[in-house]
Amino acid sequence: MATLMPLLEWFDSFWSTYNTVVFSIGVNAMLALSIYLTLSCGLLSLANAAFMGIGAYAASLVSMHTGLPFGVALLLSGVLPALVALVIGIPTLRLSGVYLAMATLGFGEVVRVIILNLEFTGGPMGINGIPQKTEFWHILLLLGATLYILARLRRSKVGRAFEAIKEDDIAARLMGIDVAGHKLLAFVLGAVIAGVAGGLNAHYTFTIGPGNYAFENAVDILTMAVFGGTGNLIGPTIGATILTLLPEVLRNFKDFRLAVNGLILVLVILYLPKGIWDPRRIRSFWQRRRSARASRMKGVSDAAL
Amino acid sequence: MLRFDGISKRFGGLHVLQDVGFTVPEGGIFGLIGPNGAGKTTAFNLVTGLLRPTAGSITFAGRDLGTVAPHRITELGIARTFQNIRVFKEMTLLENVMVGMHDHLDYGFAGLLTRSRGFRAAEADARARAHELLGWFRLDAKAKQLADSLSYGEQRKLEFARALATKPKLLLLDEPVAGMNPSEKTELMDEIVQINQRGFSIFMIEHDMRFVMSLCHRIAVLNFGRIIAEGTPDAIKNDPQVIEAYLGKEEA
Repeated sequence: MATLMPLLEWFDSFWSTYNTVVFSIGVNAMLALSIYLTLSCGLLSLANAAFMGIGAYAASLVSMHTGLPFGVALLLSGVLPALVALVIGIPTLRLSGVYLAMATLGFGEVVRVIILNLEFTGGPMGINGIPQKTEFWHILLLLGATLYILARLRRSKVGRAFEAIKEDDIAARLMGIDVAGHKLLAFVLGAVIAGVAGGLNAHYTFTIGPGNYAFENAVDILTMAVFGGTGNLIGPTIGATILTLLPEVLRNFKDFRLAVNGLILVLVILYLPKGIWDPRRIRSFWQRRRSARASRMKGVSDAAL
Repeated sequence: MLRFDGISKRFGGLHVLQDVGFTVPEGGIFGLIGPNGAGKTTAFNLVTGLLRPTAGSITFAGRDLGTVAPHRITELGIARTFQNIRVFKEMTLLENVMVGMHDHLDYGFAGLLTRSRGFRAAEADARARAHELLGWFRLDAKAKQLADSLSYGEQRKLEFARALATKPKLLLLDEPVAGMNPSEKTELMDEIVQINQRGFSIFMIEHDMRFVMSLCHRIAVLNFGRIIAEGTPDAIKNDPQVIEAYLGKEEA
Protein backbone atom coordinates (compact mmCIF):
# COMPACT_ATOMS: atom_id res chain seq x y z
CA MET A 1 0.00 0.00 0.00
CA ALA A 2 2.75 2.39 1.00
CA THR A 3 4.55 1.83 -2.27
CA LEU A 4 1.40 2.69 -4.16
CA MET A 5 0.99 6.11 -2.58
CA PRO A 6 3.67 7.97 -4.58
CA LEU A 7 2.29 6.44 -7.73
CA LEU A 8 -1.21 7.63 -6.94
CA GLU A 9 0.08 11.09 -6.07
CA TRP A 10 2.02 11.22 -9.29
CA PHE A 11 -1.07 10.16 -11.20
CA ASP A 12 -3.18 12.82 -9.49
CA SER A 13 -0.84 15.60 -10.45
CA PHE A 14 -0.40 14.19 -13.94
CA TRP A 15 -4.14 13.96 -14.44
CA SER A 16 -4.86 17.48 -13.19
CA THR A 17 -2.27 18.87 -15.60
CA TYR A 18 -2.94 16.70 -18.59
CA ASN A 19 -6.56 15.59 -18.45
CA THR A 20 -7.51 18.11 -21.14
CA VAL A 21 -4.86 16.63 -23.42
CA VAL A 22 -6.21 13.13 -22.84
CA PHE A 23 -9.76 14.35 -23.46
CA SER A 24 -8.62 16.07 -26.64
CA ILE A 25 -7.03 12.88 -27.92
CA GLY A 26 -10.38 11.12 -27.63
CA VAL A 27 -12.35 13.96 -29.21
CA ASN A 28 -9.84 14.40 -32.01
CA ALA A 29 -9.86 10.66 -32.68
CA MET A 30 -13.63 10.87 -33.14
CA LEU A 31 -13.21 13.82 -35.50
CA ALA A 32 -10.55 12.02 -37.53
CA LEU A 33 -12.83 8.96 -37.72
CA SER A 34 -15.71 11.16 -38.88
CA ILE A 35 -13.71 12.33 -41.89
CA TYR A 36 -12.31 8.84 -42.42
CA LEU A 37 -15.90 7.72 -42.99
CA THR A 38 -16.55 10.11 -45.87
CA LEU A 39 -13.08 9.48 -47.29
CA SER A 40 -13.74 5.73 -47.24
CA CYS A 41 -16.61 6.44 -49.61
CA GLY A 42 -14.39 8.54 -51.88
CA LEU A 43 -15.77 11.87 -50.70
CA LEU A 44 -13.42 14.71 -49.81
CA SER A 45 -15.78 16.58 -47.51
CA LEU A 46 -14.43 19.38 -45.32
CA ALA A 47 -17.69 20.10 -43.52
CA ASN A 48 -16.82 18.19 -40.36
CA ALA A 49 -15.50 21.19 -38.43
CA ALA A 50 -18.80 22.94 -39.08
CA PHE A 51 -20.76 19.87 -37.94
CA MET A 52 -18.60 19.80 -34.83
CA GLY A 53 -19.52 23.43 -34.22
CA ILE A 54 -23.23 22.82 -34.70
CA GLY A 55 -23.04 19.94 -32.23
CA ALA A 56 -21.01 21.98 -29.74
CA TYR A 57 -23.39 24.96 -29.82
CA ALA A 58 -26.49 22.77 -29.65
CA ALA A 59 -25.22 20.84 -26.62
CA SER A 60 -23.88 23.95 -24.84
CA LEU A 61 -27.12 25.88 -25.26
CA VAL A 62 -29.10 22.95 -23.88
CA SER A 63 -26.80 22.71 -20.86
CA MET A 64 -26.79 26.47 -20.24
CA HIS A 65 -30.48 27.22 -20.66
CA THR A 66 -32.36 24.07 -19.72
CA GLY A 67 -32.19 21.65 -16.86
CA LEU A 68 -32.01 18.69 -19.19
CA PRO A 69 -29.40 16.04 -18.47
CA PHE A 70 -26.06 15.82 -20.28
CA GLY A 71 -27.26 12.77 -22.23
CA VAL A 72 -29.99 14.83 -23.88
CA ALA A 73 -27.52 17.57 -24.78
CA LEU A 74 -25.19 15.02 -26.38
CA LEU A 75 -28.07 13.41 -28.23
CA LEU A 76 -28.99 16.76 -29.70
CA SER A 77 -25.35 17.40 -30.62
CA GLY A 78 -25.64 14.34 -32.87
CA VAL A 79 -29.17 14.84 -34.20
CA LEU A 80 -28.91 18.47 -35.25
CA PRO A 81 -25.78 18.05 -37.45
CA ALA A 82 -27.41 14.94 -38.95
CA LEU A 83 -30.44 16.95 -40.03
CA VAL A 84 -28.27 19.71 -41.48
CA ALA A 85 -26.12 17.11 -43.27
CA LEU A 86 -29.23 15.55 -44.76
CA VAL A 87 -30.39 18.88 -46.15
CA ILE A 88 -27.07 20.02 -47.60
CA GLY A 89 -25.90 16.52 -48.57
CA ILE A 90 -28.62 15.83 -51.11
CA PRO A 91 -27.59 18.65 -53.49
CA THR A 92 -23.83 18.79 -52.79
CA LEU A 93 -22.97 15.09 -52.88
CA ARG A 94 -23.51 15.09 -56.63
CA LEU A 95 -20.19 16.92 -56.79
CA SER A 96 -16.97 15.00 -56.73
CA GLY A 97 -13.33 15.55 -55.91
CA VAL A 98 -12.15 19.06 -55.33
CA TYR A 99 -15.56 20.55 -56.18
CA LEU A 100 -17.11 18.82 -53.21
CA ALA A 101 -14.24 20.03 -51.04
CA MET A 102 -14.92 23.61 -52.16
CA ALA A 103 -18.67 23.33 -51.60
CA THR A 104 -18.25 21.88 -48.12
CA LEU A 105 -15.66 24.50 -47.19
CA GLY A 106 -18.15 27.12 -48.34
CA PHE A 107 -20.78 25.52 -46.16
CA GLY A 108 -18.39 25.65 -43.20
CA GLU A 109 -17.83 29.35 -43.76
CA VAL A 110 -21.59 29.95 -43.94
CA VAL A 111 -22.07 28.17 -40.62
CA ARG A 112 -19.29 30.23 -39.04
CA VAL A 113 -20.76 33.51 -40.25
CA ILE A 114 -24.25 32.56 -39.08
CA ILE A 115 -22.96 31.66 -35.61
CA LEU A 116 -20.98 34.90 -35.57
CA ASN A 117 -24.06 37.01 -36.25
CA LEU A 118 -26.74 35.30 -34.23
CA GLU A 119 -27.85 36.68 -30.89
CA PHE A 120 -28.39 33.48 -28.92
CA THR A 121 -25.00 31.99 -29.91
CA GLY A 122 -23.22 34.89 -28.25
CA GLY A 123 -21.91 36.27 -31.57
CA PRO A 124 -18.15 36.78 -31.75
CA MET A 125 -17.87 36.37 -27.96
CA GLY A 126 -19.12 32.80 -28.16
CA ILE A 127 -20.46 31.01 -25.12
CA ASN A 128 -18.67 31.14 -21.80
CA GLY A 129 -19.14 29.21 -18.60
CA ILE A 130 -20.31 25.95 -20.10
CA PRO A 131 -20.65 23.48 -17.21
CA GLN A 132 -17.82 20.92 -17.08
CA LYS A 133 -19.83 17.75 -17.55
CA THR A 134 -17.57 15.65 -19.75
CA GLU A 135 -15.87 12.87 -17.87
CA PHE A 136 -13.21 10.47 -19.03
CA TRP A 137 -15.59 7.54 -19.33
CA HIS A 138 -17.98 9.54 -21.54
CA ILE A 139 -15.23 10.00 -24.08
CA LEU A 140 -14.01 6.43 -23.75
CA LEU A 141 -17.54 5.11 -24.22
CA LEU A 142 -18.42 7.26 -27.22
CA LEU A 143 -15.07 6.75 -28.94
CA GLY A 144 -15.47 3.02 -28.31
CA ALA A 145 -18.99 3.07 -29.75
CA THR A 146 -17.75 4.98 -32.81
CA LEU A 147 -14.96 2.48 -33.40
CA TYR A 148 -17.34 -0.44 -32.90
CA ILE A 149 -19.97 0.87 -35.31
CA LEU A 150 -17.42 1.74 -37.97
CA ALA A 151 -15.73 -1.64 -37.60
CA ARG A 152 -19.07 -3.44 -38.02
CA LEU A 153 -19.86 -1.34 -41.09
CA ARG A 154 -16.49 -2.19 -42.63
CA ARG A 155 -17.15 -5.90 -42.35
CA SER A 156 -20.54 -5.78 -44.04
CA LYS A 157 -22.12 -5.05 -47.38
CA VAL A 158 -22.16 -1.34 -46.47
CA GLY A 159 -18.39 -1.21 -46.02
CA ARG A 160 -17.83 -3.09 -49.26
CA ALA A 161 -20.22 -0.72 -51.03
CA PHE A 162 -18.29 2.31 -49.66
CA GLU A 163 -15.02 0.89 -50.91
CA ALA A 164 -16.49 -0.02 -54.30
CA ILE A 165 -17.87 3.52 -54.66
CA LYS A 166 -14.47 4.97 -53.75
CA GLU A 167 -12.74 2.88 -56.41
CA ASP A 168 -15.20 3.23 -59.27
CA ASP A 169 -18.65 4.63 -58.66
CA ILE A 170 -20.01 3.75 -62.10
CA ALA A 171 -19.03 0.10 -61.71
CA ALA A 172 -20.46 0.19 -58.17
CA ARG A 173 -23.76 1.55 -59.43
CA LEU A 174 -24.00 -1.21 -62.02
CA MET A 175 -23.44 -3.79 -59.28
CA GLY A 176 -26.78 -2.68 -57.87
CA ILE A 177 -25.46 -0.26 -55.25
CA ASP A 178 -27.47 2.87 -54.54
CA VAL A 179 -24.46 5.18 -54.82
CA ALA A 180 -26.22 8.42 -53.85
CA GLY A 181 -27.85 6.75 -50.83
CA HIS A 182 -24.56 5.33 -49.54
CA LYS A 183 -22.74 8.63 -50.00
CA LEU A 184 -25.47 10.36 -48.03
CA LEU A 185 -25.23 7.71 -45.31
CA ALA A 186 -21.47 8.26 -44.95
CA PHE A 187 -21.94 12.03 -44.92
CA VAL A 188 -24.72 12.04 -42.31
CA LEU A 189 -23.05 9.48 -40.05
CA GLY A 190 -19.82 11.49 -40.26
CA ALA A 191 -21.79 14.57 -39.23
CA VAL A 192 -23.22 12.73 -36.21
CA ILE A 193 -19.77 11.63 -35.02
CA ALA A 194 -18.28 15.11 -35.51
CA GLY A 195 -21.27 16.71 -33.77
CA VAL A 196 -21.06 14.47 -30.70
CA ALA A 197 -17.30 15.11 -30.57
CA GLY A 198 -18.16 18.84 -30.55
CA GLY A 199 -20.67 18.34 -27.73
CA LEU A 200 -18.12 16.48 -25.62
CA ASN A 201 -15.43 19.05 -26.38
CA ALA A 202 -17.59 22.02 -25.36
CA HIS A 203 -18.27 20.47 -21.95
CA TYR A 204 -14.65 20.41 -20.88
CA THR A 205 -13.25 23.54 -22.53
CA PHE A 206 -15.57 25.89 -20.62
CA THR A 207 -15.79 28.26 -23.58
CA ILE A 208 -16.49 28.00 -27.30
CA GLY A 209 -16.54 30.56 -30.11
CA PRO A 210 -17.19 30.74 -33.85
CA GLY A 211 -13.43 30.72 -34.56
CA ASN A 212 -13.07 27.19 -33.11
CA TYR A 213 -14.87 25.62 -36.05
CA ALA A 214 -13.39 27.41 -39.04
CA PHE A 215 -11.19 26.58 -42.03
CA GLU A 216 -8.05 25.69 -40.00
CA ASN A 217 -10.01 23.24 -37.90
CA ALA A 218 -11.43 21.56 -40.99
CA VAL A 219 -7.90 21.17 -42.32
CA ASP A 220 -6.63 19.94 -38.92
CA ILE A 221 -9.23 17.18 -38.91
CA LEU A 222 -8.29 16.12 -42.43
CA THR A 223 -4.60 16.21 -41.53
CA MET A 224 -5.05 13.90 -38.53
CA ALA A 225 -6.83 11.32 -40.67
CA VAL A 226 -4.41 11.51 -43.59
CA PHE A 227 -1.36 11.51 -41.28
CA GLY A 228 -2.53 8.34 -39.56
CA GLY A 229 -3.75 6.63 -42.71
CA THR A 230 -7.28 6.34 -44.04
CA GLY A 231 -7.23 2.70 -45.09
CA ASN A 232 -8.46 1.46 -41.72
CA LEU A 233 -9.76 2.60 -38.32
CA ILE A 234 -6.45 2.45 -36.47
CA GLY A 235 -4.85 5.05 -38.77
CA PRO A 236 -7.11 8.02 -37.92
CA THR A 237 -7.02 7.11 -34.21
CA ILE A 238 -3.21 7.02 -34.13
CA GLY A 239 -2.99 10.13 -36.31
CA ALA A 240 -5.23 12.07 -33.92
CA THR A 241 -3.24 10.84 -30.91
CA ILE A 242 0.14 11.80 -32.33
CA LEU A 243 -0.93 15.17 -33.71
CA THR A 244 -2.63 16.06 -30.42
CA LEU A 245 0.48 15.14 -28.43
CA LEU A 246 2.99 16.63 -30.86
CA PRO A 247 2.46 20.29 -29.91
CA GLU A 248 2.86 19.31 -26.23
CA VAL A 249 6.02 17.35 -26.89
CA LEU A 250 7.41 20.15 -29.07
CA ARG A 251 7.05 22.75 -26.32
CA ASN A 252 10.83 22.99 -26.09
CA PHE A 253 11.00 24.31 -29.63
CA LYS A 254 9.01 27.34 -28.46
CA ASP A 255 8.65 29.70 -31.41
CA PHE A 256 9.51 26.99 -33.93
CA ARG A 257 6.78 24.71 -32.68
CA LEU A 258 4.42 25.25 -35.60
CA ALA A 259 7.24 25.02 -38.11
CA VAL A 260 8.44 21.69 -36.70
CA ASN A 261 4.86 20.47 -36.62
CA GLY A 262 4.49 21.36 -40.29
CA LEU A 263 7.82 19.77 -41.21
CA ILE A 264 6.79 16.45 -39.65
CA LEU A 265 3.56 16.54 -41.62
CA VAL A 266 5.33 17.24 -44.89
CA LEU A 267 7.81 14.41 -44.30
CA VAL A 268 5.08 11.89 -43.51
CA ILE A 269 3.01 12.87 -46.51
CA LEU A 270 6.04 12.72 -48.81
CA TYR A 271 7.44 9.41 -47.60
CA LEU A 272 4.35 7.62 -46.26
CA PRO A 273 1.60 8.64 -48.64
CA LYS A 274 -0.80 6.11 -47.13
CA GLY A 275 -0.22 7.44 -43.61
CA ILE A 276 1.89 6.06 -40.81
CA TRP A 277 -0.48 3.13 -40.19
CA ASP A 278 -0.34 1.25 -43.47
CA PRO A 279 -0.64 -2.46 -42.60
CA ARG A 280 0.59 -3.65 -45.99
CA ARG A 281 3.75 -1.56 -45.78
CA ILE A 282 4.37 -2.60 -42.18
CA ARG A 283 3.95 -6.27 -43.05
CA SER A 284 6.31 -6.09 -46.02
CA PHE A 285 8.85 -4.20 -43.88
CA TRP A 286 8.93 -7.05 -41.32
CA GLN A 287 9.05 -9.65 -44.05
CA ARG A 288 12.03 -7.94 -45.61
CA ARG A 289 13.80 -7.78 -42.25
CA ARG A 290 13.09 -11.43 -41.55
CA SER A 291 14.35 -12.57 -44.95
CA ALA A 292 17.41 -10.35 -44.60
CA ARG A 293 18.18 -11.95 -41.25
CA ALA A 294 17.55 -15.42 -42.67
CA SER A 295 19.98 -14.85 -45.52
CA ARG A 296 22.56 -13.46 -43.09
CA MET A 297 22.20 -16.58 -40.93
CA LYS A 298 22.56 -18.70 -44.01
CA GLY A 299 25.75 -16.83 -44.91
CA VAL A 300 27.13 -17.58 -41.46
CA SER A 301 26.33 -21.28 -41.62
CA ASP A 302 27.74 -21.50 -45.15
CA ALA A 303 30.98 -19.90 -43.94
CA ALA A 304 31.17 -22.39 -41.07
CA LEU A 305 31.04 -25.29 -43.48
CA MET B 1 -36.27 -10.57 -73.56
CA LEU B 2 -34.66 -7.19 -74.24
CA ARG B 3 -36.24 -5.04 -76.90
CA PHE B 4 -35.04 -1.83 -78.55
CA ASP B 5 -37.93 0.04 -80.14
CA GLY B 6 -37.27 3.05 -82.35
CA ILE B 7 -34.34 4.14 -80.18
CA SER B 8 -32.56 7.36 -81.09
CA LYS B 9 -29.79 9.06 -79.18
CA ARG B 10 -28.43 12.49 -80.00
CA PHE B 11 -25.50 14.25 -78.38
CA GLY B 12 -26.12 17.82 -79.49
CA GLY B 13 -26.09 17.66 -83.28
CA LEU B 14 -24.50 14.22 -83.36
CA HIS B 15 -26.95 11.41 -84.13
CA VAL B 16 -25.30 8.40 -82.49
CA LEU B 17 -28.27 6.08 -82.81
CA GLN B 18 -31.18 6.52 -85.21
CA ASP B 19 -34.40 4.54 -85.02
CA VAL B 20 -32.66 1.42 -83.76
CA GLY B 21 -34.86 -1.63 -83.21
CA PHE B 22 -33.96 -5.24 -82.43
CA THR B 23 -34.83 -7.93 -79.93
CA VAL B 24 -32.39 -9.95 -77.84
CA PRO B 25 -33.98 -13.39 -77.49
CA GLU B 26 -33.98 -15.26 -74.18
CA GLY B 27 -31.45 -18.02 -73.65
CA GLY B 28 -29.09 -17.37 -76.52
CA ILE B 29 -25.98 -15.38 -77.32
CA PHE B 30 -26.83 -12.23 -79.24
CA GLY B 31 -24.17 -10.08 -80.85
CA LEU B 32 -24.23 -6.43 -81.81
CA ILE B 33 -21.41 -5.63 -84.18
CA GLY B 34 -20.35 -2.66 -86.23
CA PRO B 35 -17.34 -0.55 -87.09
CA ASN B 36 -15.72 1.81 -84.60
CA GLY B 37 -17.99 4.66 -83.59
CA ALA B 38 -21.13 2.95 -84.84
CA GLY B 39 -22.84 3.50 -81.47
CA LYS B 40 -22.47 0.07 -79.85
CA THR B 41 -21.31 1.19 -76.41
CA THR B 42 -23.95 3.92 -76.44
CA ALA B 43 -26.54 1.16 -76.89
CA PHE B 44 -25.19 -0.57 -73.76
CA ASN B 45 -25.17 2.64 -71.77
CA LEU B 46 -28.81 3.12 -72.69
CA VAL B 47 -29.72 -0.37 -71.45
CA THR B 48 -27.95 0.09 -68.13
CA GLY B 49 -29.48 3.51 -67.53
CA LEU B 50 -26.20 5.46 -67.67
CA LEU B 51 -27.69 7.36 -70.62
CA ARG B 52 -31.31 8.03 -71.54
CA PRO B 53 -32.62 7.71 -75.12
CA THR B 54 -33.67 10.85 -76.99
CA ALA B 55 -36.58 8.90 -78.47
CA GLY B 56 -37.94 5.36 -78.40
CA SER B 57 -38.16 2.81 -75.65
CA ILE B 58 -36.20 -0.12 -74.26
CA THR B 59 -38.15 -2.87 -72.58
CA PHE B 60 -36.73 -5.71 -70.51
CA ALA B 61 -38.95 -8.69 -69.68
CA GLY B 62 -41.96 -6.56 -70.59
CA ARG B 63 -40.91 -3.62 -68.43
CA ASP B 64 -40.05 -0.18 -69.79
CA LEU B 65 -36.59 0.86 -68.56
CA GLY B 66 -37.26 4.53 -69.44
CA THR B 67 -36.80 6.12 -66.01
CA VAL B 68 -35.43 3.24 -63.94
CA ALA B 69 -32.24 4.14 -62.02
CA PRO B 70 -29.09 2.19 -62.97
CA HIS B 71 -28.88 0.26 -59.70
CA ARG B 72 -32.55 -0.75 -60.05
CA ILE B 73 -31.88 -2.00 -63.58
CA THR B 74 -29.23 -4.28 -62.07
CA GLU B 75 -31.84 -5.49 -59.58
CA LEU B 76 -34.22 -6.26 -62.45
CA GLY B 77 -31.64 -8.70 -63.77
CA ILE B 78 -29.21 -7.00 -66.15
CA ALA B 79 -25.48 -7.04 -65.42
CA ARG B 80 -22.58 -5.90 -67.55
CA THR B 81 -18.83 -5.92 -68.03
CA PHE B 82 -16.86 -3.01 -69.41
CA GLN B 83 -14.74 -2.56 -72.50
CA ASN B 84 -11.95 -1.07 -70.38
CA ILE B 85 -11.98 -3.49 -67.44
CA ARG B 86 -13.36 -1.93 -64.27
CA VAL B 87 -12.68 -4.33 -61.43
CA PHE B 88 -12.15 -2.86 -57.94
CA LYS B 89 -8.37 -3.12 -57.98
CA GLU B 90 -7.66 -2.42 -54.32
CA MET B 91 -10.14 -5.06 -53.17
CA THR B 92 -9.58 -8.81 -53.06
CA LEU B 93 -11.16 -11.08 -55.64
CA LEU B 94 -13.57 -12.35 -53.00
CA GLU B 95 -14.63 -8.82 -52.04
CA ASN B 96 -15.07 -7.89 -55.70
CA VAL B 97 -17.53 -10.72 -56.21
CA MET B 98 -19.28 -10.02 -52.89
CA VAL B 99 -19.90 -6.42 -53.98
CA GLY B 100 -21.97 -7.91 -56.79
CA MET B 101 -24.18 -9.63 -54.20
CA HIS B 102 -25.08 -6.35 -52.52
CA ASP B 103 -28.79 -6.49 -53.39
CA HIS B 104 -29.15 -10.07 -52.28
CA LEU B 105 -27.84 -9.53 -48.75
CA ASP B 106 -31.00 -8.46 -47.00
CA TYR B 107 -29.86 -7.90 -43.43
CA GLY B 108 -30.62 -4.48 -41.98
CA PHE B 109 -28.60 -2.02 -39.99
CA ALA B 110 -29.55 -3.62 -36.67
CA GLY B 111 -28.51 -7.06 -37.85
CA LEU B 112 -25.19 -5.72 -39.05
CA LEU B 113 -24.42 -3.93 -35.76
CA THR B 114 -25.36 -6.83 -33.52
CA ARG B 115 -23.92 -9.50 -35.78
CA SER B 116 -27.30 -11.23 -35.64
CA ARG B 117 -27.69 -14.82 -36.73
CA GLY B 118 -29.31 -13.63 -39.96
CA PHE B 119 -26.34 -11.38 -40.69
CA ARG B 120 -23.78 -14.10 -40.10
CA ALA B 121 -25.72 -16.62 -42.18
CA ALA B 122 -26.14 -14.17 -45.08
CA GLU B 123 -22.45 -13.23 -45.04
CA ALA B 124 -21.33 -16.86 -44.84
CA ASP B 125 -23.65 -17.74 -47.73
CA ALA B 126 -22.35 -14.85 -49.80
CA ARG B 127 -18.77 -15.87 -49.16
CA ALA B 128 -19.46 -19.47 -50.12
CA ARG B 129 -21.23 -18.39 -53.28
CA ALA B 130 -18.44 -15.97 -54.17
CA HIS B 131 -15.93 -18.83 -53.86
CA GLU B 132 -18.16 -20.93 -56.08
CA LEU B 133 -18.38 -18.20 -58.73
CA LEU B 134 -14.60 -17.69 -58.63
CA GLY B 135 -14.31 -21.45 -59.02
CA TRP B 136 -16.29 -21.32 -62.26
CA PHE B 137 -13.48 -19.23 -63.69
CA ARG B 138 -10.67 -21.11 -61.90
CA LEU B 139 -9.80 -18.04 -59.84
CA ASP B 140 -10.69 -19.50 -56.46
CA ALA B 141 -7.07 -20.13 -55.49
CA LYS B 142 -6.45 -16.39 -55.73
CA ALA B 143 -9.57 -15.35 -53.77
CA LYS B 144 -7.56 -13.49 -51.10
CA GLN B 145 -5.32 -11.60 -53.54
CA LEU B 146 -5.94 -8.05 -54.68
CA ALA B 147 -7.60 -7.79 -58.07
CA ASP B 148 -4.72 -5.57 -59.16
CA SER B 149 -2.37 -8.55 -59.11
CA LEU B 150 -4.30 -10.41 -61.83
CA SER B 151 -3.36 -10.57 -65.49
CA TYR B 152 -5.57 -8.81 -68.01
CA GLY B 153 -7.36 -12.01 -69.02
CA GLU B 154 -7.95 -12.98 -65.40
CA GLN B 155 -9.34 -9.53 -64.60
CA ARG B 156 -11.86 -10.04 -67.38
CA LYS B 157 -12.89 -13.36 -65.84
CA LEU B 158 -13.20 -11.67 -62.46
CA GLU B 159 -15.51 -9.16 -64.09
CA PHE B 160 -17.62 -12.06 -65.38
CA ALA B 161 -17.78 -13.57 -61.89
CA ARG B 162 -18.68 -10.23 -60.32
CA ALA B 163 -21.41 -9.59 -62.90
CA LEU B 164 -22.86 -13.07 -62.36
CA ALA B 165 -22.94 -12.42 -58.60
CA THR B 166 -25.78 -9.96 -59.18
CA LYS B 167 -27.86 -12.96 -60.36
CA PRO B 168 -28.62 -11.47 -63.77
CA LYS B 169 -31.04 -12.90 -66.30
CA LEU B 170 -29.19 -11.08 -69.06
CA LEU B 171 -25.45 -10.48 -69.14
CA LEU B 172 -24.08 -7.65 -71.30
CA LEU B 173 -20.48 -8.06 -72.45
CA ASP B 174 -18.81 -4.96 -73.86
CA GLU B 175 -16.00 -6.14 -76.16
CA PRO B 176 -14.97 -9.02 -73.89
CA VAL B 177 -11.84 -9.90 -75.88
CA ALA B 178 -10.57 -6.38 -76.57
CA GLY B 179 -6.83 -6.34 -75.93
CA MET B 180 -6.59 -10.11 -75.25
CA ASN B 181 -3.98 -12.37 -76.81
CA PRO B 182 -5.12 -15.36 -78.94
CA SER B 183 -4.91 -17.94 -76.13
CA GLU B 184 -6.84 -15.65 -73.76
CA LYS B 185 -9.44 -15.20 -76.51
CA THR B 186 -9.95 -18.94 -76.90
CA GLU B 187 -10.24 -19.34 -73.13
CA LEU B 188 -12.77 -16.52 -72.85
CA MET B 189 -14.79 -18.00 -75.70
CA ASP B 190 -15.11 -21.24 -73.72
CA GLU B 191 -16.06 -19.31 -70.59
CA ILE B 192 -18.80 -17.40 -72.42
CA VAL B 193 -20.25 -20.60 -73.90
CA GLN B 194 -20.25 -22.13 -70.41
CA ILE B 195 -21.94 -19.10 -68.86
CA ASN B 196 -24.60 -19.33 -71.54
CA GLN B 197 -25.04 -23.07 -70.90
CA ARG B 198 -25.61 -22.33 -67.23
CA GLY B 199 -28.76 -20.52 -68.30
CA PHE B 200 -27.68 -16.88 -68.59
CA SER B 201 -28.74 -15.03 -71.75
CA ILE B 202 -25.90 -13.06 -73.27
CA PHE B 203 -25.87 -9.85 -75.27
CA MET B 204 -22.42 -8.86 -76.46
CA ILE B 205 -20.74 -6.12 -78.42
CA GLU B 206 -17.64 -7.19 -80.25
CA HIS B 207 -15.15 -6.12 -82.86
CA ASP B 208 -13.45 -9.42 -83.47
CA MET B 209 -15.46 -10.92 -86.35
CA ARG B 210 -14.20 -14.48 -86.04
CA PHE B 211 -15.04 -14.42 -82.35
CA VAL B 212 -18.56 -13.12 -82.92
CA MET B 213 -19.33 -15.40 -85.86
CA SER B 214 -18.38 -18.56 -84.01
CA LEU B 215 -20.05 -17.59 -80.74
CA CYS B 216 -23.31 -15.79 -81.46
CA HIS B 217 -26.61 -17.37 -82.36
CA ARG B 218 -27.98 -14.13 -83.78
CA ILE B 219 -26.29 -10.92 -84.80
CA ALA B 220 -27.40 -7.34 -85.48
CA VAL B 221 -25.12 -5.01 -87.42
CA LEU B 222 -24.94 -1.34 -86.58
CA ASN B 223 -23.43 1.19 -88.99
CA PHE B 224 -23.50 4.97 -88.53
CA GLY B 225 -26.19 4.63 -85.87
CA ARG B 226 -28.55 2.47 -87.92
CA ILE B 227 -29.24 -1.26 -87.94
CA ILE B 228 -28.32 -2.43 -91.43
CA ALA B 229 -28.81 -6.18 -90.97
CA GLU B 230 -29.99 -8.74 -88.46
CA GLY B 231 -29.90 -12.51 -88.67
CA THR B 232 -27.88 -15.68 -88.15
CA PRO B 233 -24.07 -15.51 -88.50
CA ASP B 234 -24.25 -17.14 -91.94
CA ALA B 235 -26.82 -14.66 -93.22
CA ILE B 236 -24.76 -11.76 -91.84
CA LYS B 237 -21.57 -13.05 -93.41
CA ASN B 238 -23.13 -12.96 -96.87
CA ASP B 239 -25.12 -9.75 -96.53
CA PRO B 240 -23.92 -7.29 -99.18
CA GLN B 241 -24.59 -4.24 -96.96
CA VAL B 242 -22.51 -5.70 -94.12
CA ILE B 243 -19.66 -6.53 -96.46
CA GLU B 244 -19.80 -2.99 -97.76
CA ALA B 245 -19.77 -1.51 -94.26
CA TYR B 246 -16.76 -3.54 -93.25
CA LEU B 247 -14.75 -3.77 -96.46
CA GLY B 248 -15.94 -0.79 -98.47
CA LYS B 249 -17.76 -0.71 -101.80
CA GLU B 250 -16.28 -2.28 -104.87
CA GLU B 251 -15.54 0.28 -107.57
CA ALA B 252 -17.55 -0.35 -110.70
